[in-house]
Amino acid sequence: MTKPAVTQSETVDFPQDRTCPYHPPAAYDPLRTTRPLTRVTLYDGRDVWVVTGHSAARELLADPRLSSDRSRDAFPAINARFAAARNRRLTLLGVDDPRHRTQRRMLVPSFTLKRVAALRPRIQETVDRLLDAMEAAGPPAELVSAFALPLPSMVICALLGVPYADHEFFEEQSRRLLRGPTPADTQDARDRMDAYLGELIDAKREQPGDGLLDELIQEQLREEALDRAELVSMATLLLVAGHETTANMISLGTFTLLRHPEQLAELRADPGLMSAAVEELLRFLSIADGLLRVATEDIEVAGSIIRADEGVLFSTSVINRDTTAFPEPDTLDWHRTARHHVAFGFGIHQCLGQNLARAELEIALRTLFERLPGLRLAAPAEKIPFKPGDTIQGMLELPVTW
Amino acid sequence: MTDDISDSSISISIDRDVCIGAGQCALTAPGVFTQDDDGYSELLPGKEDGGGDPLVREAARACPVSAITISEKGVEASRAG
Repeated sequence: MTKPAVTQSETVDFPQDRTCPYHPPAAYDPLRTTRPLTRVTLYDGRDVWVVTGHSAARELLADPRLSSDRSRDAFPAINARFAAARNRRLTLLGVDDPRHRTQRRMLVPSFTLKRVAALRPRIQETVDRLLDAMEAAGPPAELVSAFALPLPSMVICALLGVPYADHEFFEEQSRRLLRGPTPADTQDARDRMDAYLGELIDAKREQPGDGLLDELIQEQLREEALDRAELVSMATLLLVAGHETTANMISLGTFTLLRHPEQLAELRADPGLMSAAVEELLRFLSIADGLLRVATEDIEVAGSIIRADEGVLFSTSVINRDTTAFPEPDTLDWHRTARHHVAFGFGIHQCLGQNLARAELEIALRTLFERLPGLRLAAPAEKIPFKPGDTIQGMLELPVTW
Repeated sequence: MTDDISDSSISISIDRDVCIGAGQCALTAPGVFTQDDDGYSELLPGKEDGGGDPLVREAARACPVSAITISEKGVEASRAG
């Protein structure tokens, strides 16, 4: 492919593939020297603002003049798959307050710290069962399919009331949704997922179970606070976001720990560091890189003016390595206060499932390294494939032995 | 983060119309904040003045929607954000 000659004013393309799975793409280096915001070029040639400074990111992600409403004509798209999906029924992440607020309130009680604490024994039991099976069959093992993916998949199924027996179907649709080869393929996956969850919801209306979807049917659908298409959209989002993101954090987190033997040894010697380690891994890995918004009014920030209808993108991998917020940001350090990272976003759309994700990550990583003290990569690190830059970051495969 | 202001004279208020139930306050300062069954942030009984907990300001800063206001001696001193 021929590219126009590089001129001094040419902006960086976004997104780009990582060169190392746990560092931001080397091609983003210019973004790290032009904080707190600059311009990037998207896949369709459109230039948008990219926010790269930590303080500006917190300010802007909390600013109601930046809209998440993906049905707006001016809303930017990160790739052709995303663009193709914009005219479907939107909920939560794709809408603004007050609609967003009403919908989020329906879900929040199921994701509180207390509810998550009550799920911990079940998460531990699931982790133990998966590791029993892995030990019985191996070594070696492929950790994504044996552990990293089934754990969050089982947990979100139980929470929502989706039968785990269908996991191969929805994991495949989810993979195509996030990484399908063409927009048409992604659209087909979305149609299948919507049809599946629509039928599941209809079946549950006849014969209720005890999951979150059943609650939403009883309390919201029957009361007409939600229509069927909105509930299907919500269910798809919860199911996909509930397993893909955590699965990627487990696979990439494990890979990262195995590539940082000193930090791993420190963590093994003091398991009390685990919750700080999870926070630091969330910051360091920033697997959801590229949150999108559109300005509804002119916004003055850090000496620049974002004009109405301009796109705004938040590069979490760059923001979470802002030296003013995180000294020596490229070092994995369990002793820093990583709490203010924006790996889960910030503002009204901050991740609904973040505390569930923290619990799953803590239990999964602690138990994995306790049970398999000799865990190591079963292939050269540089040969292990990881995901392309335009989707949630993580390992495609993780061959391990012990 | 250090903060050398004595926290004995503060009062904490939570705007429940703004709260999104992210649980960041209760996660950061579990000795002061909790979540009710609907997920809204609330103060633990008797902790309206923060109880001298050094993590109160961290908790306010962690709130993604600035729903927590810390007032000093009756004057609004800081709105986290």
